Amino acid sequence: MKVTLKIWRQSDKNSKGQFVEYPMEDVDKDMSLFELLDTLNERLVLKGERPIVYDSDCREGICGQCGIMINGEAHGPLMNTSACHLHMRSFNDGERLTIEPFRSAAFPVRQDLSIDRSAMDRIIQAGGYVSVDTGQASDANQERISHHAYDEAMNAAACIGCGACIAACPNASAALFTGAKISHLHRLPQGQIESDDRVINMVTTMDDEGFGNCSNHATCEAVCPAGISIKVIADMNKLYLKQIGKG
Amino acid sequence: MNKRLSSDKVPPGPLEKKWAYYKANCKLVSPGNRKKYHIIVVGTGLAGASAAASLGEMGFKVSCFTFHDSARRAHSVAAQGGVNAAKNYKNDGDSVYRMFFDTIKGGDFRAREANVYRLAECSMSLIDQAVAQGVPFARDYGGYLDNRSFGGVQVSRTFYARGQTGQQLLLGSYQALMRQVSKGSTTVYTRHEMLDIITIDDEAHGIIARHLDTGELETHYADAVIIASGGYGKIYYLSTLAMACNASAVWRAYKKGAMMGAPSWIQFHPTSLPQTGTHQSKLTLMSESLRNDGRIWVPSQKNDERQPQDIPESDRNYYLERRYPSYGNLAPRDISSRAARHEIEGGYGVGPMKNAVYLDFKDAIQNKGMAYIKDRYGNLFDMYNKITGRNPYKEPMMISPSAHFTMGGLWVDYELMTNVRGLFAIGEANFSDHGANRLGANSLLQACVDGYFIIPYTLPNYLAGKSNTHRKQEIEKAGEACKQAIQDEIRRLTQIEGSKTADQFHRELGQILYKYCGLSRTAEGLKEGILAIKALRAEFDQSLIIPKNIHSINTELEKAMRVKDYLELAELMCLDAMNRHESCGAHFREEYQTEEGEALRQDEAFSYVPVWCMDDSGDHHLLKETLNYEFVSMTERSYK
Ligand SMILES: Cc1cc2nc3c(=O)[nH]c(=O)nc-3n(C[C@H](O)[C@H](O)[C@H](O)COP(=O)(O)OP(=O)(O)OC[C@H]3O[C@@H](n4cnc5c(N)ncnc54)[C@H](O)[C@@H]3O)c2cc1C
Ligand code: SF4
Ligand code: FES
Repeated sequence: MKVTLKIWRQSDKNSKGQFVEYPMEDVDKDMSLFELLDTLNERLVLKGERPIVYDSDCREGICGQCGIMINGEAHGPLMNTSACHLHMRSFNDGERLTIEPFRSAAFPVRQDLSIDRSAMDRIIQAGGYVSVDTGQASDANQERISHHAYDEAMNAAACIGCGACIAACPNASAALFTGAKISHLHRLPQGQIESDDRVINMVTTMDDEGFGNCSNHATCEAVCPAGISIKVIADMNKLYLKQIGKG
Repeated sequence: MNKRLSSDKVPPGPLEKKWAYYKANCKLVSPGNRKKYHIIVVGTGLAGASAAASLGEMGFKVSCFTFHDSARRAHSVAAQGGVNAAKNYKNDGDSVYRMFFDTIKGGDFRAREANVYRLAECSMSLIDQAVAQGVPFARDYGGYLDNRSFGGVQVSRTFYARGQTGQQLLLGSYQALMRQVSKGSTTVYTRHEMLDIITIDDEAHGIIARHLDTGELETHYADAVIIASGGYGKIYYLSTLAMACNASAVWRAYKKGAMMGAPSWIQFHPTSLPQTGTHQSKLTLMSESLRNDGRIWVPSQKNDERQPQDIPESDRNYYLERRYPSYGNLAPRDISSRAARHEIEGGYGVGPMKNAVYLDFKDAIQNKGMAYIKDRYGNLFDMYNKITGRNPYKEPMMISPSAHFTMGGLWVDYELMTNVRGLFAIGEANFSDHGANRLGANSLLQACVDGYFIIPYTLPNYLAGKSNTHRKQEIEKAGEACKQAIQDEIRRLTQIEGSKTADQFHRELGQILYKYCGLSRTAEGLKEGILAIKALRAEFDQSLIIPKNIHSINTELEKAMRVKDYLELAELMCLDAMNRHESCGAHFREEYQTEEGEALRQDEAFSYVPVWCMDDSGDHHLLKETLNYEFVSMTERSYK
């Protein structure tokens, strides 16, 4: 098949970017989109042009490093699928794919499609953990955890930290990402003890980092490759309001 | 060459008391003094993050480096199956000793007893620690932790978090690390690639790291350096590893005097997805747990063109069940992979490239029901469908062996210290516990145990006993020289201006290694392999092309440096495989097999770990760590 790649090129954080079109012929439908980008890059390097910079490492949907807008959608057309799991068979012969980086004030573009998501690490630093030092733990089976609680915790813990929820949100809110960690830890007895402080600290950091507010568009849930449900945002809000009320 | 292997430092006494003895006698650094010591950790995978967080908690000043944009992206995240621990929660006969024995036997009696015992001994604490961190391991309906069984053992000792065990364990240690960052004990340098170790007289004093955004070369000095850079299976190009996994940290440490243990011992995973075309950049792993219910077969006729559904039972060869009746489809990885390769090479392979075997769920769906299969493997089936566009509920999966795990790595003593004083290696980067073949679910464990439970004792022991013989000026001089050398190397690479990309070299190298130093090896083949690698290396020096910018992002330069190291390491792997006139574990030399085609060890001559070192002129030399089995006796490793 043939496709045209229309790709955002930007040489660094401060420069203005623009789209450049690359026609691609003889595309194998079983190729992944990133493999097509690899092929294009090889061509560019051999011609002495600057290759396209994009993030992708595991290529199996788990490291969270990939993340691009494809035809205006975070991670592309397949629901709950990371960009690295997209194969060319998901597109039509002759189609033009517009590929650009995730856009958010909190995610400066490094180059081309690669962005700086360190703000997400800082949200976790604000309280996305259990305060336990190595060696302090008691026997793992001492405290029972209901199958249901485990299931819910695991649903939230599955977040891969890609930032698609933020890119898809009209307000660039990080509520799904932040809520996922708060909900994961709150559902488990080990994490619950610190829930009160955690929610205040993480939400404050989220605001300080320049992420917007959640106004229930739920576009985040639709693009999330880990299938995180907006229930986690409700969990976060409930805990947050309880704390604010206390104050 | 006058290099000697350092002592293995195994403590005296009975096996089960060695670690306690060590802990009771090691030197300590008092709490007030800890912040005076600076420790560098290279890598934020399970090994690196757990070590950095634990040392930070103790009060040391820690700097942690990763080329990733966040610590959470390390490839530990991709492990699906599970992590082993001898908790015996299932009351099915497990114990520390049994786990130790399974691991030693799984490794085909080619690992150090004392280390393996300690791994099993510390396994329980890891589960406790992870649960305390909020790692959501699977629970049964009574609320207790659930377990499953993995290849090569007969008990249920594998803890898991759906199909995302590695991710959840890594997030646990990543969060512990982020906690230390917020407390100020630890600094994480993301997008920094370590390119050299600063040493003086075989003692480590720091590293050179390249900032991947600015290209700046930075010198970081430290009292000790820990390498936790993961495995180098990506040397085969097509592998289950991530695109940027590499051997550079390990290889550059080797060139600075650390030694390599068994570099050619590589595990090929039997259940990865087969290659479908030349564009392919990686092979995705399908969890081994599928082998609990899937049956592996190939058509009994060569080049059978029929669809699998049209091939009747009588024309199917369930070769694992036939050859290994007691373990069947759950035979260990090396054995399953080799058996698959045997069928594929015999002309029985299936799929468009005739490079796969079937993994069939038809019987399981019939006997246990669709709901059961969906519940257990739903996410894996979806993933298979996403990648291949085929429906595994209706037709068998196609799988094939892929380069997966490196048992080989930097040689370390009982303290996990390399031959260079103050340079430690942990996790998949070292050669330690897995011998010639790693058992499933043992390596997440090893990475965690090394970082959480061993380094916090052995590293302070080193620091407390260290005499500061080298003066600051001397160290800085060494650092500057080291930096200059890297700068020159980068210049040289950008100035070749040839016509072949780093990826093209990498793919060719992968093909050479799969062919000559892969699942099975021969002396003849290895000789040819070495010649081919040498030729490719020469071509690399003449024909590489990369963009010339060195003060901004240059992904091609990053790749080229990794490929350069791979080309050098590949030759050593072939030498190592050639030297070993026996088959053991994953290392299969065709000249040494039983009549039934099983690995044939040569214990008289080869009960040793091959330990390689490099002399000043760049030649490799073999030293030996003799394995004296005091507590178990070597037996033939049979899974029939
Ligand atoms: C697909 C897959 C599935 C697996 N499943 C299982 C399983 O179910 N159970 C099991 O026990 N094991 C499994 N394994 C093996 C296990 O995951 C690994 O052995 C283990 O996670 C390795 O951890 P690590 O910390 O040593 O390395 P990694 O997690 O690979 O971390 C390496 C770190 O080093 C950094 N790094 C590397 N080089 C440099 C450098 N030069 N400069 C700076 N930073 C550097 C990287 O950025 C990264 O942070 C699996 C492996 C794979 C590939
Ligand atoms: S919540 Fe989903 S979309 Fe958002 S970072 Fe996590 S995995 Fe990505
Ligand atoms: S590359 Fe890892 S999630 Fe896509």
